[in-house]
Amino acid sequence: MKILLMGNQNVGKSALFSRLTGVNVMISNYPGTTVEFIEGRMVFDKKSVEVIDVPGTYTLEPTSKAEEVALKMLKEGDLVINVVDATNLERNLQLTLQLLEKRIPVIVALNFWDETKHKGINIDVKKLEKELKVPVVPTVAVTGEGVKKLVSRLKEAKAHAFRHTDKERWAKIGKIIKKTEMVKYKNHTLMERVEDLTIKPLTGIPIAFVVAFFMFYLIRLIGEGLIANVFEPLFNLYNPLITGLSSLLGSGFFYDVLIGRLIGGQIDYIQSMGLLTTGLYVPIAMVLPYIFAFYLILGVLEDSGYLPRLATLIDNVMHRLGMHGLSIVPMLLGLGCNVPGALSTRILETRRQRFIAATLMAIAVPCMAQTAMIIGLVGRYGIAGLGIVFGTLLVVWVVLGLLLNRFMRGESPEIFIEIPPYRIPYWNSLLKKLLMRIRSFLTTAIPYVLLGVLIINMLYISGIISIIGEITAPLIVGALSLPKDAIGALIIGFLRKDIAVGMLLPLGLTLKQLIIASVMLTMYFPCVATFVVLFRELGLKDLVKSTGIMIFLAFLAGGLLNIIL
Amino acid sequence: MEISLVRLGAGKRAKIKRIEGGIMFRRRAASLNIRVGKIIRKIVSEPFRGPVIIEIDNRRISLGRGMAMKIFLEVEE
Repeated sequence: MKILLMGNQNVGKSALFSRLTGVNVMISNYPGTTVEFIEGRMVFDKKSVEVIDVPGTYTLEPTSKAEEVALKMLKEGDLVINVVDATNLERNLQLTLQLLEKRIPVIVALNFWDETKHKGINIDVKKLEKELKVPVVPTVAVTGEGVKKLVSRLKEAKAHAFRHTDKERWAKIGKIIKKTEMVKYKNHTLMERVEDLTIKPLTGIPIAFVVAFFMFYLIRLIGEGLIANVFEPLFNLYNPLITGLSSLLGSGFFYDVLIGRLIGGQIDYIQSMGLLTTGLYVPIAMVLPYIFAFYLILGVLEDSGYLPRLATLIDNVMHRLGMHGLSIVPMLLGLGCNVPGALSTRILETRRQRFIAATLMAIAVPCMAQTAMIIGLVGRYGIAGLGIVFGTLLVVWVVLGLLLNRFMRGESPEIFIEIPPYRIPYWNSLLKKLLMRIRSFLTTAIPYVLLGVLIINMLYISGIISIIGEITAPLIVGALSLPKDAIGALIIGFLRKDIAVGMLLPLGLTLKQLIIASVMLTMYFPCVATFVVLFRELGLKDLVKSTGIMIFLAFLAGGLLNIIL
Repeated sequence: MEISLVRLGAGKRAKIKRIEGGIMFRRRAASLNIRVGKIIRKIVSEPFRGPVIIEIDNRRISLGRGMAMKIFLEVEE
């Protein structure tokens, strides 16, 4: 049996989903499409049944890919919990009435019930139930109020096969609203005034800068705090184990692969390049703390309702780069990891927009793993070096966007989104999302890092690296002024960019060389995980174009930096 | 008098009189309850041809300038 949670966007569907289901939730792709949905399980009628959080839907006459998928899922479902925003009944009832035309059992969860009181809205639930001819249960998903009652009444869900034209449906909604809802209009509340301040340009733009500053400040604060107080001590506990193993192994092939080279007679977790030293230390002690911090802050930003405002404020800039405001989402996600960044280009409507957003993200937005390593390496020389690295990337992002917008054919439609009221994020959904993202980091990053470290060792031990170094010397040494050995980092960068940045450390680079290498490593090619997603999202032809642009611009930017600095 | 949403002053209310554009745009607008007869309030237009933000049934919606030009409102002289 499949239970579907359906409703408009921002009606608290995810919070209700969290309440209904356990810990084991999964993100899946709807077969043959790029639309994602979340599934979990709950107990109903003493059996474990599937619950699906269907993508937010305003209408069953699809206006987007997500709504097309919602319609398809409806045909495979057995029962619909229609989540309705009680503070916006009229609009939400459009979907409800459409669902009542589809011969599937429906029960209505009248969510945000607590907010109706202070908004001066009075809904007669019994009358509404009579009008809709299906059960209606007021809920507050965030506190859990009404959720038990909703579950206990699931069996009463009723299927109908009403028929309405659009006009008839609106007329019917009008009648229902008249009979069941009383609204005492209140003056705009203080909260609404604050909401307007964050979207009016004069106040909204400075606030956006403050928010961005605080976001990065907090990420650094939390990231560094975790490293110093949790992960460093953790590896101090791990140290005796590794030294023990090190003396046990003595020397030889396994020693080189597992422990790596000694730096100044000591194991160096960053530079030794062994599977059990660098291979574990980089992803866990250097990158994971920042990943945690980033996704925590991003989750708060997402669930508070700020992102649609940011998208609106930045829309005019994005338009000049061939996208619209919502493309801020792939960019922000890309700052965490380029893989979800590339996946999220799906929210854009046309091929042109998706190509521009994916290319700009892959070329100029470093993922948090790489950023953490760049901060660790270049940051040693002070803030100026970091400024040049990230400043160069920003310039590339803007200039390439302007050029693509100028010369690429195709359409870029305008933004058209709902701006939800601000809400305090529900910690349960927030935590679930955070755990899901960290799990996906750990399961993809650690194997790739270990594989990367293994390949580096093989390349060095077999001497292949010096052959490649000789061949590429004109480009690496000539155009970029980097040592021949830097080619090793560029090769591994295809696998994992964080470990590639780490490989620069033993090369003893100057600040200028570190800056050039960091910019190169960000721009020249996406990591393999991103590459695969880009292939799936863009198709072969556009992927070739996109990566061609990356390689060309990377060497152009690296060469220019070499001349200027 | 009829004016487009773009020309409505910030903070002003008006009733939607007609909506131009293709079927997809009008359908999408209707799904967000932007339809003939509804009263809307304009919050603000973002500068440099940015989007227009309106309030309808106490909900805010952000839509592109080109789309706003297709929505016509009835205002008193």
